Amino acid sequence: MGIQTPNGFNLDNSGKRIVVDPVTRIEGHMRVEVNVDSDNVIRNAVSTGTMWRGIEVILKNRDPRDAWAFTERICGVCTGTHALTSVRAVENALGITIPENANSIRNLMQLALQVHDHVVHFYHLHALDWVDVVSALSADPRATSTLAQSISSWPLSSPGYFKDLQTRLKKFVESGQLGPFKNGYWGSKAYRLPPEANLMAVAHYLEALDFQKEIVKIHTIFGGKNPHPNWLVGGVPCPINVDGTGAVGAINMERLNLISSIIDQLIVFNEQVYLPDVATIGSFYKDWLYGGGLSGKSVLAYGDVPEHANDYSTKSLKLPRGAIINGNLSEVFPVDHTNPEEIQEFVVHSWYKYPDETKGLHPWDGITEPNYVLGPNAKGTKTAIEQLDEGGKYSWIKAPRWKGHAMEVGPLARWVVGYAQNKSEFKDPVDKFLRDLNLPTEALFSTLGRTAARSLESVWAGRQMRYFFDKLVANIKAGDSSTANVDKWKPESWPKEAKGVGFTEAPRGALAHWIKIKDTKIDNYQCVVPTTWNGSPRDPKGNIGAFEASLMNTPMANPEQPLEILRTIHSFDPCLACSTHVMSEDGRELSKVTVR
Amino acid sequence: MGAATETFYSVIRRQGITRRSFHKFCSLTATSLGLGPLAASRIANALETKPRVPVIWMHGLECTCCSESFIRSAHPLVKDAVLSMISLDYDDTIMAAAGHQAEAILDETRAKYKGQYILAVEGNPPLNEGGMFCIDGGKPFVEKLKMMAEDASAIIAWGACASWGCVQAAKPNPTQATPIDKVITNKPIIKVPGCPPIAEVMTGVVTFITTFGRLPELDRQGRPKMFYSQRIHDKCYRRPHFDAGQFVEEWDDDAARKGYCLYKMGCKGPTTYNACSTVRWNGGVSFPIQSGHGCIGCSEDGFWDKGSFYDRLTTINQFGIEKNADQVGMVAAGAVGAAIAAHAAVTAVKRLASKRDDAEHRS
Repeated sequence: MGIQTPNGFNLDNSGKRIVVDPVTRIEGHMRVEVNVDSDNVIRNAVSTGTMWRGIEVILKNRDPRDAWAFTERICGVCTGTHALTSVRAVENALGITIPENANSIRNLMQLALQVHDHVVHFYHLHALDWVDVVSALSADPRATSTLAQSISSWPLSSPGYFKDLQTRLKKFVESGQLGPFKNGYWGSKAYRLPPEANLMAVAHYLEALDFQKEIVKIHTIFGGKNPHPNWLVGGVPCPINVDGTGAVGAINMERLNLISSIIDQLIVFNEQVYLPDVATIGSFYKDWLYGGGLSGKSVLAYGDVPEHANDYSTKSLKLPRGAIINGNLSEVFPVDHTNPEEIQEFVVHSWYKYPDETKGLHPWDGITEPNYVLGPNAKGTKTAIEQLDEGGKYSWIKAPRWKGHAMEVGPLARWVVGYAQNKSEFKDPVDKFLRDLNLPTEALFSTLGRTAARSLESVWAGRQMRYFFDKLVANIKAGDSSTANVDKWKPESWPKEAKGVGFTEAPRGALAHWIKIKDTKIDNYQCVVPTTWNGSPRDPKGNIGAFEASLMNTPMANPEQPLEILRTIHSFDPCLACSTHVMSEDGRELSKVTVR
Repeated sequence: MGAATETFYSVIRRQGITRRSFHKFCSLTATSLGLGPLAASRIANALETKPRVPVIWMHGLECTCCSESFIRSAHPLVKDAVLSMISLDYDDTIMAAAGHQAEAILDETRAKYKGQYILAVEGNPPLNEGGMFCIDGGKPFVEKLKMMAEDASAIIAWGACASWGCVQAAKPNPTQATPIDKVITNKPIIKVPGCPPIAEVMTGVVTFITTFGRLPELDRQGRPKMFYSQRIHDKCYRRPHFDAGQFVEEWDDDAARKGYCLYKMGCKGPTTYNACSTVRWNGGVSFPIQSGHGCIGCSEDGFWDKGSFYDRLTTINQFGIEKNADQVGMVAAGAVGAAIAAHAAVTAVKRLASKRDDAEHRS
């Protein structure tokens, strides 16, 4: 019994229902409900975004040059990426070009974010799905040292180092105050690492916590602070002055040296700690290849990291761009943000209202009117939900579709597109990773594959940072110190009406902002963000979204402990604050507006 | 590596606090909680034998920038704060447990540490739609917030969201996002504003409470005086250029490259109370003005609704042309009066500016 979805999943909600709310170790608020059969295998999955902030409504009638600061506050984890997307959207609308140095600096900031976000995601949001902290107490420090030294030349690997760490951990656990590790699923059969690998991973959890704060200093140098550095329409706010009067307060030799040294450190951390850890953990989970969901079927990437300033063509973008559908990797389709038939959002299962909910709307023509109603089979009340009804409306996330297809976005999607395009810088590392674990290519389409792609991308991003740093220095050496174009800074120079699109590849996947400007103010602003794609509910045709698809057919060791659900959902690095907002095309204000 | 089993008492002793001072803190704490004299010794006993102070860190409508900032702390390292100074028993962003295992921690903390835990709140509750614009465990976040506030010993409002409302509360505030002091009215709340606050300011506030056993001195708006009593402008290293009338006129102009004052580019440093120009960001690497962009005033109430970030603050005349010491000396007496007048003018214009804003919004 069950319902066959058009995108190839058989849903059966007759078994026991399990609710996970809150889903933790994510950004924002999220709920998951699944049905398991008598063998505890997931046969139906429902993912719900449980927050809405209305940022785009707030943007209406504001100065487009300010929009980056508002949209940056959509997310403090992927901080900066919304701001970059926003300044690109405004520049696209107004025909503003940026200097070459500004392009290199923006790339350095975006790539620093990729590395930071990926490292923090893996160690602090995701590792506890694979690593049993309590098991580390029974590890032999000497054997841990042997393991660590066999996989990497990272120097923090002596028996004494692991012994000290284990002693500290032991005291911590014996204190009875487990802090963030309290009520974890320690001892579950779903954990597969030997104690030594667990101890090594705990050591790296703490080392990564210390190190991540260094990576973001690149944002601080160029943008003044992190989280939420400052950006500028037309370039970047930091001037370059390497040796003239006042150089001490600008991007100068000392600042360049600091950036360069951070890049060196993060390349080493990626290559000696992060990637080897993922490979080691992967070697113990290589027969746990669940969670593929849409990744082997339908993936989408917008591309990012332009080689040349102002050139956002597929050729100039160093991260791949394109769409793959129906699992056919031999054809990568072009993507057009401005085509009203390509990207559309549906709300039939979302807590919003459209005049005709069978149809989707392109972001330039989008409508958002909240409509919080539960389906007829929901259990509980509107303010005390026990169980949602996926037959009705059940999420604050809309359902974006590309030409009608539910798509997965993110590091794995990007790497699958790059792989399908036969680009060696993406294909070779994937092949090597799989070969080392003795796994076939299909193994990439899994929770493990998603986690591996993120670590490969972090390595890639670190090397690209070296490239763009060198490019920045070479350009300054050639006599170009320009960082901002102010030709169209003044609103008087703008056309009466304009519209544009800006896009990036955020750490979590394809991100775009659509803007309409009228009489120098924002008339409409729409964001379709990675977690809107991945966390989307069902659409009118019944296609399930990427989170939902990824949970299907996964066996659970113990349904009371949602470890497998968390592991797969976390592999997407969900960002719920990002996914839930949007404003109406006509700027219609919402029903319960209270002006303070 | 420090000992993880340290009690609160051993931690503060290690940090140089005498036993006598420790008992004094305990009496003060007992008094401030409205408990009798016997309570002081009970508190002392608890802190000597009991463990690290439990912290419950809740998230409403927010973007998680406060948590991200907190983990950037260089002193103390966040690792040491979490392993040795506090017991971060609930924080949805990093905790291992989820679902009912996570919820159970809240109930347990209320029962076991009644009146002893710190409630730290990131984000704020929306009140429209029955509170269901932010759902947590199937219920409105605001309910969970009020429940946990009931038995907390101290409440910290992290960042602009919890303190003032921040971006989701900017006009027209579609979800009716509400600062926490409007829904928790029976307890003192320490506001640590900023979007986000500086990492070392955040760990500084928490460790102040655990080290000295009392709340830090607060200003009338509830902000710790140690970090929020002076304006960015008061301690800005570019202040001499403001005083000398040397301003950036355009992005990336010669003045920008020389590091002149950003006042004409919309810098809100003159009206923003925060520690950016002294503590600086990310281990002291820089702060917004040092990196060429004006301050956007992110620690001030309603900073999203005070015009563009690039609007010049006021129309006041610049304070002047450089003079030598003798000339300044000659007008010193007058200058004091002028400074007061200028400050009054800034305040008045600021008030007018926000009035104008309101008027524009209504029209």
